[in-house]
Amino acid sequence: MVTIWMTLCVVIYLFVIGYLGFRGFKGTKSATDYMLGGRNVHPYVMAMSYGATFISTSAIIGFGGASAVFGMSLLWLPFLNIFLGIFIAFWLFGSRTRRLGLRLDAHTFPELLGRRFQSRFIQGAAALIIFLFIPMYASAVLTGAAKYLAHQFAIDYNTALFVFSVIIALYVVMGGIKGVMYTDALQATVMLAGLAVLLVLTYNRLGGVTAAHRLLTDMADKVPAALQARGHQGWTAMPKFGSPIWWVSVSTIIMGVGIGVLAQPQLAVRYMTVKSGRELNRAIPIGGIFILFTAGVAYIVGALSNVFFDQTAGNISIVAAGGDVEQIIPMYLQQATPEWFNILFMLTLMSAAMSTLSSQFHIMGTSLGRDLAEEALNGKKKKRGMLATRFGVLTGILISVYLSYIIDIKFGKTGTAIVARGTAIFFGLCAGAFLPVYIGALWSRGITRAGAIAGMLTGTVSSLFWMVFVLEKSSTALLLCEKWFGTRSLAISTVDGAEVFASAGPVIWAFVDPILISLPAAALVTVVVSLFTKKLPENHLAICMDKQP
Amino acid sequence: MFGIEDPWVYTPYILSILSALLCVGWGIINWNKDDSVNEPEDEVRHWAEEEDRVEDEL
Repeated sequence: MVTIWMTLCVVIYLFVIGYLGFRGFKGTKSATDYMLGGRNVHPYVMAMSYGATFISTSAIIGFGGASAVFGMSLLWLPFLNIFLGIFIAFWLFGSRTRRLGLRLDAHTFPELLGRRFQSRFIQGAAALIIFLFIPMYASAVLTGAAKYLAHQFAIDYNTALFVFSVIIALYVVMGGIKGVMYTDALQATVMLAGLAVLLVLTYNRLGGVTAAHRLLTDMADKVPAALQARGHQGWTAMPKFGSPIWWVSVSTIIMGVGIGVLAQPQLAVRYMTVKSGRELNRAIPIGGIFILFTAGVAYIVGALSNVFFDQTAGNISIVAAGGDVEQIIPMYLQQATPEWFNILFMLTLMSAAMSTLSSQFHIMGTSLGRDLAEEALNGKKKKRGMLATRFGVLTGILISVYLSYIIDIKFGKTGTAIVARGTAIFFGLCAGAFLPVYIGALWSRGITRAGAIAGMLTGTVSSLFWMVFVLEKSSTALLLCEKWFGTRSLAISTVDGAEVFASAGPVIWAFVDPILISLPAAALVTVVVSLFTKKLPENHLAICMDKQP
Repeated sequence: MFGIEDPWVYTPYILSILSALLCVGWGIINWNKDDSVNEPEDEVRHWAEEEDRVEDEL
């Protein structure tokens, strides 16, 4: 009976989304109408559509599950998401990005960087990085959604993945990829409602805010020995400083995603499509509240699920979920919340996945079409650009679905944990490759073309090198390091049959996230090379930098 | 605080709420601040038309 209701709700919901997408397609989304014709996008719609792009199923299922394992120390991430990802991003980056985009007639993130530094190479390379690596992030989102649907409808993962992929493909065909803000805003509203209710239900069930936290604090002695040995000190305590879990929490999850959000190409383009800085100002309060109630709630509820499973099954969450991190949140919802809420939450997750995926497919299309085919390869042939754009969207969808499918087959549970890391990896890669150059583009007259190119390449190469050969979690999974050097990480050696982790003081290199290496390296190289190379023409800088607030 | 003893954990809990409140306060104060009044209309028109073309390709 529940399944029938669920199916019915999903169908109705998809019709509403489809209808809104269709309405948007019929004319409300013309930029000319909007920018010049007196049309206004309500700040609620602007902020919520940004939020829907930002917060995906992997944030709720993947990171909520991670919080169930690592605990509430991960709350530093929602703080960074709100402070950096909304406040600083909209206030400092948003307005300047919008103005620069307008002055340079830039419509994509690679185009913005390329024109700012007068380099087709930068535009092409940035587009290539995005096109090659965003499927990793998209497949993390797809996997999160498919896992939840599989659990909810009691079907196998591949069927869920197939059905959801078909829904996504239909959504894209119906115009969803055009990032119709009203559709995104509706999806974000569903997410906000679903997660706000979840927070109330959870605290209520566990006896209130302080009582619930107290129960979780008192469970510290139930941390499994294996996790304790790696630095876990309880779900309401920071991991032991310098321990493996501390490095994963702080460098990969908190810093990787928290800082990486500033240089997300699919989010940066949002600033360019608003009418004025006023819209950005007005979006800040709504965005802040939205992130607090989505990311913040997922992390709090994830950690508190340990109390629930301890009370009902006598196990901590990860044990109750059979070791599968991404099953924790779906299981918790099914067992701890009423059936009507499960339906609401399913729509929440589908919303989160659809809005994030559509923006990802959007950027795959423009990267290949506009940035690579039309500009970087000096095509300027609109027809070729259009074909390439569509090809980009299509291959993007296929690659993402294939990744979600094949990794589950190849690696099973471990594999899906790796796919969930796809989000963090993509955010980290963007931070290394784009953040110093992007900041330079917005604020510095001194960063040269050569400096920007050198910085971007340094960020990308160092990030990838660290991921493939040093960071234990990814280098072990990718197997290349093992194949070439006979060790699963260059920072791990074997002495008398036992693994020795290379370290310097509290720094255990194999656990340090690439962002801590690539971001400073890229920033340094950008600045140093700029000091010794030819400056950009003064008249170009005047166009880019003048009259900026 | 709130049943959490470690300041490294209750601090981000509080900071998350405070930064959301900062967003709200900042938004209210700057609700009507508009920086687009000096933008030349032909520049905006050109940009918007090109943006429509990009969207059409999708």
